[in-house]
Amino acid sequence: MEVFDIIKAENVSLGYNQTVIASKITLSIQPGEFIGIFGSNGSGKTTFIRTLLGLIKPVAGNLFIFNAKPTHGNDRIGYMPQLRMIASVAHLTSRTIIGASINSACYGLPILSKKQKSEITNILKLVEAESFADRPFQQLSGGERQRVYLAQSLQGYPPILLLDEPLAGLDPRSQERFIELLYRIKTKLNSTILLTAHDPNPLLKVMDRVLYFANGHAAIGQTKEIMTSENLSALYGLTIDVVHYKDRLIILGENQNLSDYHD
Amino acid sequence: MINILSYDFMQHAFIAGTMAAILAGIVGYFAIIRHLAFAAHALGHIGFAGAAGALLFGMTPIVGQFILTVFAAFGISLLGERISKSDMAIGIILSFCLGLGTLFLYLYHGFAGQASVILFGNLLGVSNQDLKLMFWLMLISLIALSFISRPLFFSSLEPELAEAKGISPFTIGLFFIVIMAIAVTLASQVVGVILVFTLLVGPAAIAIQCTRYFWSGMIVSVLISIGIVWLGISLSYFTDWPISFWISALTFVFYLLSKKLSKDNLVY
Repeated sequence: MEVFDIIKAENVSLGYNQTVIASKITLSIQPGEFIGIFGSNGSGKTTFIRTLLGLIKPVAGNLFIFNAKPTHGNDRIGYMPQLRMIASVAHLTSRTIIGASINSACYGLPILSKKQKSEITNILKLVEAESFADRPFQQLSGGERQRVYLAQSLQGYPPILLLDEPLAGLDPRSQERFIELLYRIKTKLNSTILLTAHDPNPLLKVMDRVLYFANGHAAIGQTKEIMTSENLSALYGLTIDVVHYKDRLIILGENQNLSDYHD
Repeated sequence: MINILSYDFMQHAFIAGTMAAILAGIVGYFAIIRHLAFAAHALGHIGFAGAAGALLFGMTPIVGQFILTVFAAFGISLLGERISKSDMAIGIILSFCLGLGTLFLYLYHGFAGQASVILFGNLLGVSNQDLKLMFWLMLISLIALSFISRPLFFSSLEPELAEAKGISPFTIGLFFIVIMAIAVTLASQVVGVILVFTLLVGPAAIAIQCTRYFWSGMIVSVLISIGIVWLGISLSYFTDWPISFWISALTFVFYLLSKKLSKDNLVY
C-alpha cells in the first residue's frame, strides 16, 4: 500500500509579507503521526501552524495538506490556538463555549439541535471533561481549561489536530495527564497530531518524530536523530550539548541551559 | 397605574422605552463579551455632536445623531483593527466629535435648552414620528443581529479560532458596531447621551453576572432592561425626578444585588 502524505512541504519558506522566518523546509507527514514541534520563540513554530491553517501563505515553495494547498477555514483541521481571550466569558460554562463553535461560520441564531447537544456531550466525555462541563469556565483550573479547549478543536472529529503550546502554563503533573489523554484520543480516532512545545521531555514517549526550528531552518526526524549535539549545534550555529540523563534530555548551549530559555 | 397610561406622552414614553430596552439588552450582552463597553459609551457621546449638528441644519436631532453615530462606528472599526489599538482610535474620534458638538451648539443660536434635552434625554417628548423611526431601526437591528449572532458569539469568545474557521473578525466586528450605533441612538432617546452606558451596558452586565448560558443571559438581560425602564418611568412619574436618574440608580442597585447573587451557585 502506498503511503499517503497528509502534509507535504517542498522547499517551503515561512514568514509574514516578505520577512522570511524559516526557509527551505522539506518534509512529509503521514496520517496517524504524532509530531512534536520545537524551537525557541520566534523560530517559526506558530508561523508554520498558521500557514497550515491557510491564515498566511508560504513565502516560497509548495505546501500541501490533504494533497491540496492550505485553505482558510478547513474543517478537517482541528486547531487549538496559543493565545486565548478568556476574561470576557464571565460565567459561561464549558458546554456553552464548546457549543458556540458548532457551525460557527454559518449565519443564524446559535440554537443547537438535540443531535448537536449529544455531540457536545460525546466530545466532553472524550476529553474527560463531563464532570465540570456545567461549571463556569473561569472557575476551572489550567489543566481543566486545556481539556475544554482540546474538546473545542475536536469538534467534528477532524483528522489533523494542530495544537499550539497546549502544555504552556501547566504543571508537570497536568502536562503528563494532558499528554496521556491526547494519546488515548489519538489512538481512538487515529488522528495526526502536530503539537508545539518547549520541553521535549514529557512528550518523548508519545512522539513519532520531532520537527525542530532554529536559526531560520527546520529539521525533521526521529527524536534521537534530531536531538543530538551535532544536529542542534548545526541548526543553532552554536555549540550545543545534548545530555542524556536517566530518561530525560537536557539541552545545553555554551554556558547556558537552552531549555531554560525556552519560555 | 391606570392613570399613568391615560396620557399620550406617557404611552409614547413606555413604547419608546421598551423598544430601546429590548435592543439595548441584546446588543449590550454582545458588547460586554466583545470588550466594547468603552465603545458603547463613546458612541453615545458622539451622538451628541450629531444631534447638535442636526439642530443647526434644521433636522430632527435623532436623525443627525443616528447618521453621525453610524459614521463614527465605521471610523472606529477602520482605525482600530485590533483590540489594543481600538481604545486609542475610539478616544480620538470621541474627542473630535465632542469638539464638533461644541462648535455646532455655539453656531446654533436657538433655544439652549435643546442641549440638555440631548444630554439627558427627553423621553416624555418623543413624537409619533420618532416612534416610527425607532421601530424600524429596532426591527432592522434585531433581524441583522439574529442573522449574524452565531458567528458573532463565537468570534467574540474565540477570535483566533473563529479566524481559523474562516470567519472574518473584521467584517463581523464592523457589522456589530454599526448595530451598536443604532442601539446607542435608541437608548439615548430614553436616558440621553450622557447616560447611554447605563442602559446599554448595565442590564447586560447584571445578566452576565448571574447566568451561565447564552440564551438565559440574553433573556435575563432583555427582561432586566425592560424592567428597569418601566420602573424608572413609573418612579419618575410619581416623584417628578428625572427618568435618567431613576434608570441609572436602579441599574446600580440591581448590579450590586447581582454581584451578591453570583457568589452563590448559579442555576441558569
